[in-house]
Amino acid sequence: MQIFPKSLNLLPLVAALGVAVGGGIATFVVVYYFSPRFLYVGYEPEQPVPYSHRLHAGQLGMDCRYCHANVERSFEAMVPPTQTCMGCHAQIRTESARLQPVRDSWTSGEPVEWVRIHNVPDHVFFDHSVHLSAGVGCATCHGRVDRMEVVAQAEPLSMSWCLDCHRDPEPYLRPTSRITDMDWTPEDATEAERTEMVALLDRATPPENCSGCHR
Amino acid sequence: MGWRKPMEQLDEQYLVSEGTSLADVTEIVSKVTEQKAPRLWWILFGISTAVTGILGLTIAYLLWTGIGIWGNNSPVAWAWDITNFVWWIGIGHAGTLISAVLYLFRQYWRTAINRFSEAMTIFAVICALMFPTIHAGRPWFLYFSLPIPNQMNMWPNFKSPLLWDVFAVSTYFTVSLLFWYVGLVPDFATLRDRATNKIRKWAYGFVALGWRGSNRHWSNYERAYLILAALSTPLVLSVHSVVSFDFATSVEPGWHTTIFPPYFVAGAVFSGFAMVMTLLIIARTVYGMHDLIRIRHLELMNKIMLTTGSLVGYAYAMEFFIAWYSGNPYERFVFINRAMGDYWWAYWSMITCNVISPQFFWFKKLRTNIPFMFVISIVINVGMWFERFVIIVTSLHHDYLPSAWGNFSPTVFDVLTYCGSLGLFFTAFLLFLRWFPMIAIAEVKMVMPQADPHLGHHGHDDHDEDEDAMTAEPAMAEE
Repeated sequence: MQIFPKSLNLLPLVAALGVAVGGGIATFVVVYYFSPRFLYVGYEPEQPVPYSHRLHAGQLGMDCRYCHANVERSFEAMVPPTQTCMGCHAQIRTESARLQPVRDSWTSGEPVEWVRIHNVPDHVFFDHSVHLSAGVGCATCHGRVDRMEVVAQAEPLSMSWCLDCHRDPEPYLRPTSRITDMDWTPEDATEAERTEMVALLDRATPPENCSGCHR
Repeated sequence: MGWRKPMEQLDEQYLVSEGTSLADVTEIVSKVTEQKAPRLWWILFGISTAVTGILGLTIAYLLWTGIGIWGNNSPVAWAWDITNFVWWIGIGHAGTLISAVLYLFRQYWRTAINRFSEAMTIFAVICALMFPTIHAGRPWFLYFSLPIPNQMNMWPNFKSPLLWDVFAVSTYFTVSLLFWYVGLVPDFATLRDRATNKIRKWAYGFVALGWRGSNRHWSNYERAYLILAALSTPLVLSVHSVVSFDFATSVEPGWHTTIFPPYFVAGAVFSGFAMVMTLLIIARTVYGMHDLIRIRHLELMNKIMLTTGSLVGYAYAMEFFIAWYSGNPYERFVFINRAMGDYWWAYWSMITCNVISPQFFWFKKLRTNIPFMFVISIVINVGMWFERFVIIVTSLHHDYLPSAWGNFSPTVFDVLTYCGSLGLFFTAFLLFLRWFPMIAIAEVKMVMPQADPHLGHHGHDDHDEDEDAMTAEPAMAEE
């Protein structure tokens, strides 16, 4: 007495293949599409003011620290207050329509609501000042901001990405005088800078334990 | 099959009641799944599903709020949850012991109870796995404990006994499940062949994997069973040894002991048999399995409980001796504190239930008395729960620095989670009784007198060929 058709004998084979293929696809989907490299790199939200880093940091050659003034002293690099903008724009392009939100903020006292791009999870304690004094430059993590009309996330900021450098910092360090220099590459290093880099590497003890970054 | 022959000389009986035919065995076991469930089943099922529902709500609240709803707190960071985990995983040991070790040692009385105990093992391990999962607080991060490449570059710490535990328990679960299923295949085929409606035919037919009972099927089956038995035998020892490493590899006085692995294994088998006994007596009474599960089975189980109970008692004594002999003041203090400190009542409950209560089984009258052994089996399980509670809580609450001492008291959610796990266990078990052949039909038949080709064939070696032929003929004619 036959309950199932004979073709059902193929079921174990089909099921095994299904699990193998399905499992492979699922693994690929998770590894590729769920990764911060896929999800976050290139995040480029529209800002309330069409501020151009290319113009300010690139063409005008302003130092990053003119606006992100706390970056050497605190955890946060700091988004500049309206007052910093108005320091120049009270004099320059005072009629520009694109600067209207900044002037509104200046008169009303309400801050401009910039959209945060580089964000790490709440349980990650990232300290800008420590990284700067260790010799990690802005461009290492943020990319060539001086060439970005609108800032976009350049690196995944994932834990494995952090660990790449924490486990082997040598290729990512630069002399502290070159921190904000976006153009600088290790090939440009002078003899004195090379000596400094050796000293920096000697001093560098990036934590690899959990509580180094998670507290 | 030489092993059956000396039976008469040994004055032993067959493992089923006299007069039980092969067809009777099939009938007794299969009809449970074919007839309407008895009223008592519905009552028990109603209660256990309700309790499981409470467990679900408790866990939902736990995940929403955090494990702060339990009484665990520094210094007693492991409390009821880990107690329950070890308790359940210990209960889950009887299954493999009965199905694998007793199989390899040719203990044929295991056939009547192995299906039961394997099912119980599966459900107990499920309950056990639940506790570390929810104890971790964020179960959606459980994949952290598996070696899966990920964007965090995070890799399990293979030096951690907690990780060994993940592998030990999941291996145990997988092998137990396979073992259980392989044994079920011929019996599922029996249920399929008896099925009268289409759904049953399809369902049992599907899980019977096309079993036809051909010679080749049986020989493959026997081989697979033997291989699985050989695979699971080391697991009986390894799983609870690894569980004990969770404690023994720490530097906590009261935990850091070399006796832990064998002591845990003995305790696990002890509690597992006690749980099998509790369930067996209920099912045997409710479903009238007296012909297949006889007093002799129960008596043999009681003997195992007596043995393992005494082993556990020896371990308790040895722990005390070593604490004194080591000369380590912290170790000494922890043990004196166990017996006479804040949790003295837990310690003495443990001693009473685990060491004293099984000693009654020295008396044949008591170990063949069903109500008595039922009570003792429950007492033992209570005792084994206290054992884990004593090990975990009394070691943690007063360890080195008096400034870091503290006490533990459970909250209502500790109680609800524990009782809920019992509900989950019984729900699964009742469903098993309802839909699965609760006794291994095919295996019981193998140890019945009818399976003996020399049945009724008295005096062997001195017969000559003619006489053999003469006695054989009428028997064949009768058939």
